[in-house]
Amino acid sequence: MIPPEVLAALKAAVGPQWVKDARAELDTYATDGLPTHRSLPGAAVIPGRKDELLQVIRILHHHRIPAVARGAGTGLSGGALASGDAVLVVLTRLNRILKIDAENRRAVVEPGVVNTRLSAAAEPFGLHYAPDPSSQPACTIGGNVAENAGGPHCLKYGVTTNHILALDVVLPDGELLSLGSPSGEPWGPDLVGLFVGSEGTFGIATEITVKLTPTPTAIRTLLADFTLLRSAGQAVTSIIAAGFVPAALEILDHNTIAAVEASIYRAGYPTDAGAVLLVELDGMDELAVEAEASQVEDLLESAGARSIQLASDPAKREKLWHGRKKAFGAMGRLGSDLVVQDAVVPRSKLPDVLDQIGEIGERYSISLCNVFHAGDGNLHPNIAFDQTDPDLAERVRRASTDIVRLCIEAGGTITGEHGVGTDKMHYMPLVYDADTLGAMNRIRHVFDPLELANPGKVLPVHSCRG
Amino acid sequence: MVADKIRSLLGEHGLLGIDPLGIPVAAPASDDECALLLRTASSESWTVRIEGSGTWIPRDARADLALSTMRLRGIVDLSPPDMVVTVGSGTSWTELQTSLANDRMWIPLDPPGSGRSVGSVVACATAGPLRTGFGAIRDHLLGLTLVTGDGRVVRAGGRVVKNVAGYDITKLAAGSFGAFGIITSVNLRLRAVPRADATLIARGTRDHLLDAARGILSSGYTPGALELFSPAAVAGTEWTLAVRLLGSHEAVAAERSAVGAAARMQFSSLEPSDAADFWRDTLARTTAAPSTLRLGALPSSLDEALDSIAHHLDESCDDWIAANVHAGVVRWSGDAGVNRIRLLRNVAAHSEMPLTIERGPWSVRSELGHFGAFRDGAVRLVYALRNSFDPSRTLAIPLGRES
Repeated sequence: MIPPEVLAALKAAVGPQWVKDARAELDTYATDGLPTHRSLPGAAVIPGRKDELLQVIRILHHHRIPAVARGAGTGLSGGALASGDAVLVVLTRLNRILKIDAENRRAVVEPGVVNTRLSAAAEPFGLHYAPDPSSQPACTIGGNVAENAGGPHCLKYGVTTNHILALDVVLPDGELLSLGSPSGEPWGPDLVGLFVGSEGTFGIATEITVKLTPTPTAIRTLLADFTLLRSAGQAVTSIIAAGFVPAALEILDHNTIAAVEASIYRAGYPTDAGAVLLVELDGMDELAVEAEASQVEDLLESAGARSIQLASDPAKREKLWHGRKKAFGAMGRLGSDLVVQDAVVPRSKLPDVLDQIGEIGERYSISLCNVFHAGDGNLHPNIAFDQTDPDLAERVRRASTDIVRLCIEAGGTITGEHGVGTDKMHYMPLVYDADTLGAMNRIRHVFDPLELANPGKVLPVHSCRG
Repeated sequence: MVADKIRSLLGEHGLLGIDPLGIPVAAPASDDECALLLRTASSESWTVRIEGSGTWIPRDARADLALSTMRLRGIVDLSPPDMVVTVGSGTSWTELQTSLANDRMWIPLDPPGSGRSVGSVVACATAGPLRTGFGAIRDHLLGLTLVTGDGRVVRAGGRVVKNVAGYDITKLAAGSFGAFGIITSVNLRLRAVPRADATLIARGTRDHLLDAARGILSSGYTPGALELFSPAAVAGTEWTLAVRLLGSHEAVAAERSAVGAAARMQFSSLEPSDAADFWRDTLARTTAAPSTLRLGALPSSLDEALDSIAHHLDESCDDWIAANVHAGVVRWSGDAGVNRIRLLRNVAAHSEMPLTIERGPWSVRSELGHFGAFRDGAVRLVYALRNSFDPSRTLAIPLGRES
């Protein structure tokens, strides 16, 4: 429950229509992109300007009420959920692109700007914003900063943190700070690098200076299908070892292909394949990219590809990508609930780990779909199920834990791009020891001594030493 | 007394000797030994100087104990198929690259200086001309081990190329000059050595070459390196624009003609062995003078940054200067007193240009701090962060203006 005087102060700050406290209105904010976690916030407040946001944070700090920042709510870690004693601060109205500086390949945006809108605004200058999470038509740059979001093209271009130069942030006590400089050189230790990926626990970015990247003029997309998933994994290793830096290397396994082809998102992928591998090569010169595509084609053949489709024009390329981009939507049809994993393994371990993930699925009699960023070793084993079946739900929970442990034992980590949030917090002691978690906890207290910013997320406090 | 304590903690082999300033030099051989030393230093209220190979930051800081990374040396784990290496911070950067080259791999980073240790490159966040095409050291780091000022071992990040689990302590430590702790090992992402590697050179006036470089960038091409050097940097008489093209043979051939057209000037092409000499020698000349500064500027403000440096530090125009036209970084090496550097730093800060003292004698570092021009507010955070890693101020790292 949020005290009435706090609600009144918030309404005075942003206008009464932008403070939601009725149960029916709050239902909209009870989940993020992950349907398995649910929490009703005490209230939701939607500031429309930076000064309103500052007022909101100061009011909440004054009353010692936790604030949880939220963008479009497309996150996949339960990170943007607030409990009944907390206020959700929704940033979607802070959606202005403040500057496109084409000469310096930079842009300055508010946190609520939608990812694809920024790229669209940069397009007339031959530029784009490179990080491209699958949710990019909906997700916001502020959310991308909080989660250090990735995407298929991050293999070549890097993840969000590689593209953020400077941040204006409001700390949980309402202080406004500038971190970094437009050149990207820091004023001291790299506080921008520390802030990106802090999942809303250090404060809220109010202005974000990003790098823009020249849009490649020559692009080739290849789709190869393999009898065995393992062969697709080996093809990935051989492409990278040969010195190619593809813009993207994505794998869909047999179950994912079946789900896609049985859905309205049908992409024409061969349903008898063990896996399909999507390779995208890009650059500024047609002949050079053409030559690279033909060399990659040879590598795919030697790795055992049954057939290879090559597309250069946008419509055909889009068709090859269609099934990949809609894979999550297609899986949604397989069950009412979906566990979305995000573990990362060393690339060379992909074939073995994928085999073992298959065995885990069989052991627990669950249906697993693998769709993932193979070039990065970033796996997304997804399990569609029905949470109302308690026996199935328990098997899914145990299978998920086994998969995470398997990936960590292979030298990997628990999350590559979705963030820890509430969903993966209990896995944190599997990857970090008590001293390392303790250091993280002390850093958090530097930014937020009262634990008012997105409390109860990321760090399992009982596992932190000191 | 300090020396006796080191002997009792690490044995005779742990004490390298006493340096010319009379400071005992300890060389821990593991994270645990390093942690033991720092815990002891912290509880005994000693101050500790961190030293690598001594070729970048001189071994001149006043302290009760010098802690050398020289025994934290060598490749700990190399996985060619994953293109990841874990390496001790005392390892020579050049030796690391030579060793990786045997497997046709490299770290596309060419830090100025010579004979530097991996720890020095990471702690000072020194990137060279290849920052244009491949990013700064932060973009190559996957994780690191940091022994904090109070002697805890923090293992940040990991050995995989994507990782968002927890806070990015790796980025905080890279470029912090050791203020939070001693970096004992780092995990770096590797790349395959490009099949083609071409270097193009043009000489002329500073302004003309700067325009040419901007022309190349506005054509949409981003070379591996696009660096403007002062005459002294190339041991010549004119400013030099050096372009390095890396990639497949076809891509490099295409870029070569595109670069010439976009810059609207003639470049001469260096033979491979001449190109290697050119980059190595030019970057090694950075340390011919006692101090090196790094100034961040927008690419469109580079003229202003270069003018400021000329006005405040390089009136006779004979200093080592390199401008990274894409990243917007100017590096200057020369000999300048504290007051002149302080003045430049204040002027630059007014123009939103951060100035970092990358290296210099203790008289400069201790007086000005490596950063020193913190924004208001951020300074409080930086010192609170340092306090959380090094509460007794054991590490003798001058960051700058105290809060």
